[in-house]
This record gives sequence, C-alpha cells and structure tokens, in this order.
Amino acid sequence: MPPVLRAPFVVEFPFTRSLGPVQSAFLTGLRERTVLGVRTVDGRVLVPPVEYDPVTADEIRDLVEVGATGTVTTWAWNEDPRPRQPLATPFAWVLVRLDGADTSLLHVLDAPGPDAVRTGMRVRARWAAERTGAITDIACFEPYEGEPAGPARPHSGRFPEPVTGIVAPARLDYTCTPGRAQSRHLAALEGRRTVGERCPSCRKVYVPPRGACPTCGVATEEQVEVGPRGTVTTFCIVNIKAKGLDIEVPYVYAHIALDGAGLALHGRIGGIPYDEVRMGLRVEPVWREGSRHPDHYRPSGEPDADYDTYKELL
Amino acid sequence: MTGPAGRGTTSRAHGRDIAVVAFAQTRHTRRTDDMSEVEMLMPVLHQVLSQTGLRTGDVGFTCSGSSDYLAGRAFSFTMALDGVGAWPPISESHVEMDGAWALYEAWVKLLTGESDTALVYAYGKSSPGELRDVLTRQLDPYYTAPLWPDSVALAALQAQALIDAGEADEPELAGVAARSRRDAAANPHAQLQGEVPRGRHLVRPLRVSDCPPIGDGAAAVVLAAGDRARELCERPAWIRGMDHRIEAHGLGVRDLTRSPSTRLAAEHAGLFERPVDTAELHAPFTSQELVLRRSLDLDARVRVNPSGGALAANPVMAAGLIRIGEAASRIHSGESDRALAHATSGPCLQHNLVAVLEGEAHAG
Repeated sequence: MPPVLRAPFVVEFPFTRSLGPVQSAFLTGLRERTVLGVRTVDGRVLVPPVEYDPVTADEIRDLVEVGATGTVTTWAWNEDPRPRQPLATPFAWVLVRLDGADTSLLHVLDAPGPDAVRTGMRVRARWAAERTGAITDIACFEPYEGEPAGPARPHSGRFPEPVTGIVAPARLDYTCTPGRAQSRHLAALEGRRTVGERCPSCRKVYVPPRGACPTCGVATEEQVEVGPRGTVTTFCIVNIKAKGLDIEVPYVYAHIALDGAGLALHGRIGGIPYDEVRMGLRVEPVWREGSRHPDHYRPSGEPDADYDTYKELL
Repeated sequence: MTGPAGRGTTSRAHGRDIAVVAFAQTRHTRRTDDMSEVEMLMPVLHQVLSQTGLRTGDVGFTCSGSSDYLAGRAFSFTMALDGVGAWPPISESHVEMDGAWALYEAWVKLLTGESDTALVYAYGKSSPGELRDVLTRQLDPYYTAPLWPDSVALAALQAQALIDAGEADEPELAGVAARSRRDAAANPHAQLQGEVPRGRHLVRPLRVSDCPPIGDGAAAVVLAAGDRARELCERPAWIRGMDHRIEAHGLGVRDLTRSPSTRLAAEHAGLFERPVDTAELHAPFTSQELVLRRSLDLDARVRVNPSGGALAANPVMAAGLIRIGEAASRIHSGESDRALAHATSGPCLQHNLVAVLEGEAHAG
C-alpha cells in the first residue's frame, strides 16, 4: 500500500446574482446608510425584507424605513473568528431587531467580551467606510446607549444609481486524497507504468481504476499492468485554444485503448499532423520530466490495428 | 387516520405497505484518507444486499443522497454509482440532501407500485474540507452567506434563545451530551463513545461536547413492499407514515426555541395516533434535542437515541438516513414495536422529516 497522497484543491466562484426590487432597495439603502424593511399583508415589518409574505406568499412591495439602532434578541460569543467572517477579533453573533421592525437581522456585534453582551441589550449599526450595496456595508453592530428610533416610516425605496446585482465570492479549500485504487494507480505512474484493476466477476480491466466495477458493483483488487502502447479508438480535432494551455490548435484529442485495458482512456495525440490521425492508429506515451502523467501519445510506428481488435472498446 | 382533511401521508392511505428490510452503516471515523467515496460506500451496499439476498440487478429502484460541496466536485454522486452496478442501465435517482430524503423519494416510488424493492444509500466525507465553512454555502446568498456564519455559530444562537426562554441551561445540555455518548458505547459504528470531556466553548453557549463530531461515513437501506418485504426480512419495519416540512430561511423570522415543521411533519406521519417506544432524532447539537423533544411531546417513557444519535456520529448527508436505519434495526430485532425516526437539514432545524415505523405483533 503506497502512502496516502494529498493535494490542495481550491473551489472558487464569483457568484453573480441579480436582485429583485425589494433586495435592490434594501442593499442600495445600506450603501446610503438607510435600513429598509417591508410590510407584510398583516402589517408586520420584516427586516431584512423579502419579496413574498412568509405566511400568505403574497408579493409584497410596501417598503418602510427602520432605525439603524435596535435590540439584541439572541446572541452567541465567537472566541475564534474564522477567516472570512466580518471581524478578526472575538465577537458576538447576534440577531438584532431594529427599531421599527418585527423580525431580526443576523449580523455580528463588536464587544469587549461575552460579559458585555446580553439578550435585550441596545445596539447600533457601525457603517463600513466603503459601501457597495451589500450586507457587509454594515461592518458590525456596537453597543449603544442612546434614544431608540421611532416606528417604521414609509419609504419609496428609490435611490439614485440603484444596486441591481451582487457578486458573492465563494471560496472553499479542500485537501484531496484519492483513495486506495487511484493512489496505487498514481504511484505506478511515478515509475511511468500504467496499472489498472481487473474485476473479479466480469474480468474487465479498468484504467484508471476507481476501486469498483461499475457493471458488477463489486470491488476491484487485482492489479494489471497495461500498455504502454495502445490504439486510437476514436478522436476529435480541437480548434479552440484553451485559456492558459500552451498547446497550438488544431490538435487531436483521442480515446486510447492501452494494450490489455478493458476500456479506453483519453489523451492528446502529437508527433503527427492532426489530419493524419485515424481510428486504429497505434500510439505510445511521451513523458516529460517532472510530470506524473504522459504529456501526449505519438505514433509507435506499428501497422494500424484491425477494427475487430478494438471495436468493443469504442 | 393521518391528520387534517385526509392530507395524510401514511402508506395505508395509498393502499400499499412498505418496510425497511435491511440497514447497514460504516464505522464512522474522523478521516478516511485511504478510501475514495465509492470505496467507503461499497462494503455497506454489499452488506444490505447480502442481508436480503438481493443482487444489484434485482433492485427495482436506487436512490442516493450526498453533496457536491462536501466532495468539492460537481456531479460527485455519479462516481459513487460505480458501487451499485449501473450498467446495464438501472432506474436511479439522487437528491443533493441527506439520504433520509432519498428514502422518502424511494418510498413514494414504491407507493406508486412501479417497483417492489428499492436500495437507498447516502455518504459524506467531511474530512477533505472545512465542514463549518462548507455548510455556510447552503445559506441565503444575499443577506446571510456573505457573513460566513458557520454551523456551530447558528446552533449556538438557537441554544442561547432556548436558555433565554428559560427552557434549558448549560448543565441540561451537558446531560444530553453525556447520555448520548454513554449510549453510543454500545454502538460499534459510533465515532464518539463513553466519557467525553465538555471542553471549552466553541461558540458560547455551546461547548465542544455539545457539538457533533466531524467525520466520514456511509449508510444504506433496502425498502420492500408488501409480501416482498416479508420474504426479505423476518420482522420488517413497516413505514406507517412519513412527511417532511420546511420553515422560512430567515432565522430572524422563526421562533428558534420551537420546531413547528417537525411538529407538523409528525402530525401528518401519524406519530400522535399511538405512543412510540423509541425515537431516533437527528439532533447534531445538544440544544436541538431539547427543541425536538418538546416539539414532539416526547416524555421519559420514550427511549431517545439509543444509538447515541448524531452527537456520537454525524456523517453529513448520511446521519438522517442512519436515524431511520437505527429505528428500523430496533424493530427488526424486536427491541421496539413502534419507533419514530427524524432527519433534519439546513441551519437550526430548518427542514425536518419524520417517519413512523412499526413491527407486526410477534408470532405466538
């Protein structure tokens, strides 16, 4: 059993989302240091506002302005802030019912310690220096001893240059481990050998192996060295240059059945003009220093394989 | 008889009895670096099939639950399909949810009469990512997710709301944790067993011991209808009713000290028709068990989480299915005659499923 392999893997998307009229007004309002809510059919004020009444499902558009001050309805002290959370120093998560609102907003409270926080305490928004129309335009809440704001007041929801969308960056960091079958396969590749696994039931050789035969649903264990030579079973000509990929177009991407394998894997074909690649072409891998996988496959110089020898592997 | 205006969701209302006839799960562990998802899952699939004598090709319908965000890969469930022999083509479906909801889908499929047997499985490896960060991605993307409130933080807000309402205190939470891990000592699959120190506050008021372990695991269940169930299992766990309900995503709109969606699902599943003797509750946090007990009127006569529950092992995406499997196992073995199984999804018990399982009277 080779040692467990590990590799860092980052999934990162800048999700671009459009806003409806209510969310647009709310987030634009935050940019202008104004907190808006929405009045439901039964007269309650929801902050943050939603577009549909949570009880009746009616569309609601009756915007109101509420205070930037409010009351903590519950809280939780966070001793160890995680990297993307709003404050880097210990803080309280809070649900805050803003003055004039009937529901609570989730945000964070900057306080010296848990003893300085309690349910029912009064707080106010601390605005971010640079505001873009996002929930983080409220940098955090802070303790506040002043007068409460009055009841909610009607608001048109109109601002110059309204925010109509947000870009929400989302990044998650993973450490991948490939599992038993793929680890063995990758370990063999380091010695420039390609190893598959044979299904104990149907005898098919899977390469690269994933530890299971998808036809029989049983574990594969028996290792079988395949290749290095193989046969092009089918191919396509790529005419679009991929970003950041240093390969001139057009080039050929092919399915290659390595000798002894029960199914084809894919790879690039080089060392031959793209329009001379054909089904049945015999190829061999070309390795580059420092790379775990063959860089590409090139003609081996053998005569083409008979169609009957690879027709089951198409 | 299933609740208001005949909107019930019991099997009998549809004229077909369906039962859990087999259940298997992994030994849940913090990491499974030496196994891919399908390698972790396959032994469990083989166990449920061998319990029933079925082979993959014999199963009428297959449904799974898992999450791409745990795997960090799009369409990750397709890789796991290697474990069920999906060639030649099978009737298959997947939910990007806990496997309890995959079981719900399979149950509905069997109710339609299109199939007599179903294989349901679920798996999750939390070890490759930072689970607390990963779970923030299921939150509302406009107002909540940009603040990255993690799963422990949101559960802590719920716990504090319960304390503020005078319905719990830290010693009571500690009692739930201690009982769960003590019971888990008899569960060979559990990740945390026996004496577990309370530890420091992770997010106050929740301490380390109030939170579930993070780990990897998988589970599988076989369902069968009518006489087929009796052929495959000596004492099938008949699903008398099952329902699931959801609440608003805005945390500040909800009363976090109650779980009205669980209550409603339980009413529709027929829970209150007769008492249950066992309840497997999917309560990853100690405070959530208290919320659920109260919302379901469970008193001291009901044995809650004899497996140790999610506080002993919480493989994300499988932990809810495991609750159904654990409840069914107790019926299979005769330890229970009528059991409740519950699964949850989303922050602070947002979405809840309740199933009521029964064994037939013992022969003789």
